[in-house]
Amino acid sequence: MPKGGHVDDYASMGEGLATSDEKERAWGQISETEKGDDNVRGGPAEDDDRRSGAFFQILDSRFTQQELPACKPLLTPTIVISTFALIGILFIPIGLASLSASENVVEIVYRYDTECIPQQSQDDKVAFIQSSATDKTCRTTLTVPKNMKAPVHIYYELYNFYQNHRRYVKNRNDKQLRSKEYELETTNCAPEATTVDGSPIVPCGLIAWSLFNDTYSFAIQNKAIEVNKKNIAWQSDKDEKFGSDVYPKNFQQGGLIGGAKLNESIPLSEQEDLIVWMRTAALPQFRKLYGRIETDLVANEQISVTIQNNYNTYSFEGEKKLVLSTTSWIGGKNDFLGVAYLTVGSLCLFLALAFIVLYLLKPRTLGDPSYLSWNRNPDRH
Amino acid sequence: MELQTFTPSLEISSCTKQENTEKSHHITQKGICLDQPFPDEDNSRLVYINDPRRTNHKYEFSGNEIRTSKYTVVTFLPKNLFIQFHRLAYIYFLVIAGLNQLPPLAVFGRTVSLFPLLFVLFVTAIKDGYEDWRRHRSDRKENNREALVLQCGNFVPKKWKKICVGEVVKINADESIPCDMVLLGTSDPNGIAYIQTMNLDGESNLKTRYARQETISMVVEDTFTGLIRCEHPNRNIYEFTANMEFSGKIIPLGQSNIVLRGCQLKNIEWIIGVVVYAGQETKAMMNSTASPSKRSRLESYMNRETLWLSVFLFVMCAVVATGMGLWLVRHLHQLDTLPYYRRKYFTNGPDNGKEYKYYGIAMEVFFSFLSSVIVFQIMIPISLYITMELVRLGQSYFMIEDRHMYDIASNTRFQCRSLNINEDLGQIRYIFSDKTGTLTQNKMEFRRASVYGKDYGNSHQNNVTTFETISEGELEEPTKQSEINVDSELLALLQRGIEGEERIAAHDFFLTLSACNTVIPMGKKYSSPNSDNKAVEAGAIDYQGESPDEQALVIAASAYGYALLERTTGHVVVNINGKKTRLDVLGLHEFDSVRKRMSVVIRFPNSSVKVLVKGADSSMLGILDVEDSRNTKVKQPTENHLVDYSSHGLRTLVIAARDLNDAEFSEWQARYEEASTSLTERSTKLRQAASLIEKKLILLGATAIEDKLQDGVPETIESLRQAGIKVWVLTGDKQETAISIGLSCKLLTLDMHQIIINGSSEDECRFLLANAKAKYGIKSEQSRDGTLKSKKKYDYDIVDCNDEKRTHGILITETGKQDPRYSGFTDNELRLSCEKYAVSDDIPLALIIDGNSLVYILEKDLETQLFDLATSCRVVLCCRVAPLQKAGIVDLIKSRTSDMTLAIGDGANDVSMIQMADVGIGICGQEGRQAVMASDFAMGQFRFLKRLLLVHGHWNYQRIGYLVLYNFYRNAVFVLMLFWYVLCAAFSSISAVTDWSSVFYSVIYTSVPTVVDNISLSKFKNLLAHYSPYNDFGIASSLSLHCDPSDFLAF
Repeated sequence: MPKGGHVDDYASMGEGLATSDEKERAWGQISETEKGDDNVRGGPAEDDDRRSGAFFQILDSRFTQQELPACKPLLTPTIVISTFALIGILFIPIGLASLSASENVVEIVYRYDTECIPQQSQDDKVAFIQSSATDKTCRTTLTVPKNMKAPVHIYYELYNFYQNHRRYVKNRNDKQLRSKEYELETTNCAPEATTVDGSPIVPCGLIAWSLFNDTYSFAIQNKAIEVNKKNIAWQSDKDEKFGSDVYPKNFQQGGLIGGAKLNESIPLSEQEDLIVWMRTAALPQFRKLYGRIETDLVANEQISVTIQNNYNTYSFEGEKKLVLSTTSWIGGKNDFLGVAYLTVGSLCLFLALAFIVLYLLKPRTLGDPSYLSWNRNPDRH
Repeated sequence: MELQTFTPSLEISSCTKQENTEKSHHITQKGICLDQPFPDEDNSRLVYINDPRRTNHKYEFSGNEIRTSKYTVVTFLPKNLFIQFHRLAYIYFLVIAGLNQLPPLAVFGRTVSLFPLLFVLFVTAIKDGYEDWRRHRSDRKENNREALVLQCGNFVPKKWKKICVGEVVKINADESIPCDMVLLGTSDPNGIAYIQTMNLDGESNLKTRYARQETISMVVEDTFTGLIRCEHPNRNIYEFTANMEFSGKIIPLGQSNIVLRGCQLKNIEWIIGVVVYAGQETKAMMNSTASPSKRSRLESYMNRETLWLSVFLFVMCAVVATGMGLWLVRHLHQLDTLPYYRRKYFTNGPDNGKEYKYYGIAMEVFFSFLSSVIVFQIMIPISLYITMELVRLGQSYFMIEDRHMYDIASNTRFQCRSLNINEDLGQIRYIFSDKTGTLTQNKMEFRRASVYGKDYGNSHQNNVTTFETISEGELEEPTKQSEINVDSELLALLQRGIEGEERIAAHDFFLTLSACNTVIPMGKKYSSPNSDNKAVEAGAIDYQGESPDEQALVIAASAYGYALLERTTGHVVVNINGKKTRLDVLGLHEFDSVRKRMSVVIRFPNSSVKVLVKGADSSMLGILDVEDSRNTKVKQPTENHLVDYSSHGLRTLVIAARDLNDAEFSEWQARYEEASTSLTERSTKLRQAASLIEKKLILLGATAIEDKLQDGVPETIESLRQAGIKVWVLTGDKQETAISIGLSCKLLTLDMHQIIINGSSEDECRFLLANAKAKYGIKSEQSRDGTLKSKKKYDYDIVDCNDEKRTHGILITETGKQDPRYSGFTDNELRLSCEKYAVSDDIPLALIIDGNSLVYILEKDLETQLFDLATSCRVVLCCRVAPLQKAGIVDLIKSRTSDMTLAIGDGANDVSMIQMADVGIGICGQEGRQAVMASDFAMGQFRFLKRLLLVHGHWNYQRIGYLVLYNFYRNAVFVLMLFWYVLCAAFSSISAVTDWSSVFYSVIYTSVPTVVDNISLSKFKNLLAHYSPYNDFGIASSLSLHCDPSDFLAF
């Protein structure tokens, strides 16, 4: 394989054809056979004037000739180093900002699933939770670590509950939820589709059936704090996905009670707990909004919490947590974003510095073909 | 003058008559000597002349309908689907779509999941259908042409496709032959016919065919009967063996009695023949191998990658399935009531306790596997195939519209006939090129002459203007007549009176040019508007001959005032400066490859007898009269001129003459008469007769003819070579011609070692190959010994390192016959490496091989040896190769390397090569459309190849490569994300994103980089200015390395 070689400028190949008045000529037919002798002028194609005999019109636009302006950045050391440095300089502040925002979020997390089972029932939690006779009320006190500005969001957090399971996700019927006329529509809802006599369950399906039914109430110094349970669901869900004329029917009347019961006089679009629940979580550990406390909480205040521990997570080793949290501009408490920004930013900065050092210590000319793989290894042809 | 223009045409018939009676007579004799070719009838085909019914009664001979298309209306769907499903990915997606139809698995909508596949299949089918429809159309056009067929005693027009074996067909002048026919008679009383076989072998000169004397009577009497026994259809266009039973006699028929489909009848009013092979069984059709569906290298690569991806996919799905199994086992006791699983019904009714959509762990695992296949299906990019088709369409558009590849002369732009292999253009490593019409314009031009030691015509500036008008006129017609640059000095010399040695030499020189040849002057119906006498003459007489070189010489002679007007076997009439002179031709020794010269014995009007000789310099310089004072004076400068000419790539001939005294003449005449009537060893005897007079010649001068190259050929070859592409030339021309063309287009350079293989038996070839390999393969010093010997023996010519020889002035002389055993080879071979050069690796090698040797090499196990040798040479020239051999050579490389091959040619003889190569390019030349029809791309000029390969090929490859890589990367990212999510969803195969997001993922979210990159690439052109094409090409080839699974997994 010959090395080097001469520079060849393709732009100059057949340059003579470039400019001109071609557009005046009509489009030609592709017909080599029909070409007349008088149109064949012969000779090499260098001469501008000879083009006048052409049948074909070659569209002489910059697009068809692929001469549109464009730039292909060469990865020179300067460009690479400055790009890395720029990314580093941009990302580190963003990371720091997100991290501090996340730090400012005040969060109280309380896991209650085991604690809310009386001592004598610890051995058989499932029996306790399934029994209708037991008192499932559970009281505890939480201390506010820092001032929490309203609104304070109340979440329940479940763990090891696969709301994203394929069997579960599909087990609903959006048509039925949306409108009364599709009340009979219970496809995909088995085994919670119909009652024994065949009348449809509204809302049907496993998701609705397993509706979370623990309740929380809060008090500070015996003074109850109001929990606002309005507007905890997405407005679009309320407007579009859940019909205001659809009323619960035959719900939770099967052989196995999955969770909460619904008030049959309230349309689905106003059953916000259901709507929140039916927006299934992506991961097996998830939080769902329970309500909001519209008053500020002062540091070191003691909140007494009353929990109705109804929901059965014990049969599948699930966990239940109560979460009180404020929000900031990045949402809830989440260090990940800040850490990610910081990591990438510092990595880029480090690379930039490393390249600078490398460039100063061991510089080489750009575009040296002898570094190319097929030149380093001359055996390969 | 006007009158004279037409007289030759009248004379021709009479002259040809004599010649042909002689020739056919000769054939008859030869035929009788032959053994009966068909002793048993099973091995032959029986054709009853003018009795097609009986002919076709027993055997179903194929009709004359031809079909180059792949599909018919009925077979289109199954066949097209079959071909399409060669793509692994299609099968894969068919399986996926099938799986999705199963109820427990349905991840996506059932019918919707079929749409992508159906769409892709549909679009491709439409495209294939359109391409095939165009083929159908051209077939129909061909099939519906008409020819005159004898029916009930009259010749009536009949469509080509209706013609069947055994019918008698009449062809008029300039018509194409519809099928292979045995000549029965022609308008010429002697049964001679001229045909042009350009479509078959690419040679544009006329060939003569003869009707048997016996059959001519048939035509005269209008009774067509008889039985032809001929061999079964085969693809050998140079052979035909048959015999004819006719009124009790058995007449042998040979190659010279058959006219083949695709040829054109020329210079004769009509011929009548009987059809022996028709349609697909004609030799022309047998030679065109079925056009295979070409698939690009990248695509096969992609198919392989797809296989790897499937393995990867299998692993992922296996992980998911295993996870699912483990999870189920662990939660087995909870499943019944698990709120997000709920295996059982809990109702108060009959369903109570029944299991809901649960088929046991094993089945669940299996289903989980299948459904995860469906979820991860995007891993294998079906859309990529359709995207690639679209991208290729766009690329074709850019190539077609490229003004740098638009040929103004023939008003053709680039044509993309195949849309599948655009990117292969960027990976070509071997180019196989036809010579005639591809590298050269097939126009011979008389360029320079050395007369009496003086060089004429070396400066183009002082070319005389008188013929310019003619040249322009000639260009308007695609004839082979060439532009003649008349040297004014030489013309002035000729215009002087006949006195002085130089003048006499010049006179004899041009006389030799016009008389010593086999060219037949023919009147042309074309009269030049030019009133100049000479011009009219030059333009008005059309010289027809087997050799374009001779034509060029005769035309040149006429331009200098020595116009050949008539030729018969007995005399020639030459117009010497306006004076018609009749010269008796007493004998003619035709050119043969042993003597490498031709001589003619002429009696002048003043009864003096002269022998005029022209021949290759190697054979001529040795037989000059060393004692003659004129020779000693002229020889040295002439030799210098010869070296000069050949270094310019011109084809040289040495001209010499000699007066014969009565004794010599009568001795020769006796031998000549005896030899020409001899039945055995005629050629040897003739050769001996020739050697009587071809000696002690007086050197007159030398001629230099240029086989005009197309524009930009040397530059293109040079750039291609710098890009690391090997250019091989495969030509039907003879060896010397091929070498001189090789030199003039810079394919061969003077510093190259030429290895020449031309054996006439398998053993010889084996020996030559082994020898060459031993010598050049190993870096050996031994070959230096004994290189000083220059010897020549054996009938096949081991070639003379032409260039070195000339440089050093060493002549190769025949040292007589030596032991004709193979022991002699060593010396011969050693001689090859002429003394000056030590054999080492850095000296470029050139391999020159001829068609005969290829017959032995390609059919035997010598292929490997040839391959080894050929690949270590920088240049390979194959001469005298038949169309299928061209394909064989391409196949040699294709089957043994993974390198991409490209074949470029313009004639029908290149079709099989074009179809065999990975990429076939047709030149829209003068030699018909077959090459273009068979090609993948077609263009007007050879030089466009540079831009096509180095610019478009690079772009296409880079862009498609980028597209494929990006697609694989993008899909991998997506699938790995899905995979991670499935792990988080208790191994239940659920898609992490909504359906719309999946769609937008590829269409919108990830399309930006592709668009940006492709636009930026446009301007890459500017960068090309800074890169040599070679580096540029390297980038492309490095890209192919990127496409491997390890890189892919690294994503």
